[in-house]
Amino acid sequence: MSLSLRHSPGTRVGVSIAVATGLYGISFGALSVASGLDVWQTAVLSLLLFTGGSQFAFIGVIAGGGTPVAAASAAALLGIRNAVYGMQMNVLLHPRGWRRFAAAHVTIDESLATSTGQTDPLEQKRGFWVAGVGVFLLWNLFTLVGALAGDALGDPKQWGLDGAAVAAFLGLLWPRLRSRDAGAIAVVSALATLLAVPFVPPGIPILVAAVVAGLIGWFGYRDAPPREGLEPDVDPYPHGDGRSPLS
Amino acid sequence: MTLWFWIVVACVVGFLTKLLGYLVPRNWLTNPRVARVAGTLTIGLLASLTVANAVASGQALVLDSRLGALAAAAVALWLKAPFLVVVVVGAAAAAGLRLLGMP
Repeated sequence: MSLSLRHSPGTRVGVSIAVATGLYGISFGALSVASGLDVWQTAVLSLLLFTGGSQFAFIGVIAGGGTPVAAASAAALLGIRNAVYGMQMNVLLHPRGWRRFAAAHVTIDESLATSTGQTDPLEQKRGFWVAGVGVFLLWNLFTLVGALAGDALGDPKQWGLDGAAVAAFLGLLWPRLRSRDAGAIAVVSALATLLAVPFVPPGIPILVAAVVAGLIGWFGYRDAPPREGLEPDVDPYPHGDGRSPLS
Repeated sequence: MTLWFWIVVACVVGFLTKLLGYLVPRNWLTNPRVARVAGTLTIGLLASLTVANAVASGQALVLDSRLGALAAAAVALWLKAPFLVVVVVGAAAAAGLRLLGMP
């Protein structure tokens, strides 16, 4: 009757995404303590905020000397795409009761990409839950590993952890730069940041760039062809193991 | 304590944003313009965070080893290295350049 889980493509992709993503929780944990958060604060971000982009944004602003308010604002803005994902998942899953809250919490880039990469409704459900819950468990475990290791390392600059943060942000941005438009928005936002840095307190240039990018999205709207990288649901692993759901 | 407070605020706002998607009427967020803004915001914020972490130091723009990390990470990504490798390459580049005497 029903396919055994071993032969379920949604489960298989979900597990491989969970392992790959969970592992890079190490880098978040290490960078978070390097930016000045303690191990507990780092663990709470992974447990409760649980959306990689927003978590990296929060610590990225703090590392640059920004205020906690600016950090929370950047995290909130980066989380907006999750509302769009939630809408898409609600249509596919129709979760009810407590499942709705659980589904909302594990609605992230990876669970959406795994689910929408499947065609069978049952596999879409399995993919979402396996990727979402799997990433949650491993991401939190490896965040703790990274935070404790980072704490033991001492001077973060000596280990190049500030360089690691730069690389991490570029790595998160890279798969979204599929089209000329996406590249142009990235360049304009980067320039807006550079221009704003000398004139406003740390952290604010990131919000200035967010406003610029948001305005481009709102007023620059035209009927863009799909899959050009501007839609929020971009496969976070376009060059993964070949079983990547959207590639 | 303020840091803790804003961590909790970020977590609450983050969860409510996710939940919002499950509560609003089906067609509200399928508006292509809303979806596009969510996409451009994400690109803009990540580009800004990349640049700010590479060259900003407080309110000054400085060129130091972090720029080497940015270049090394770009090469790694161009060679299709996985995320974790990219992060390690960035760290190694910055640490290596500092060993060579770059600020």
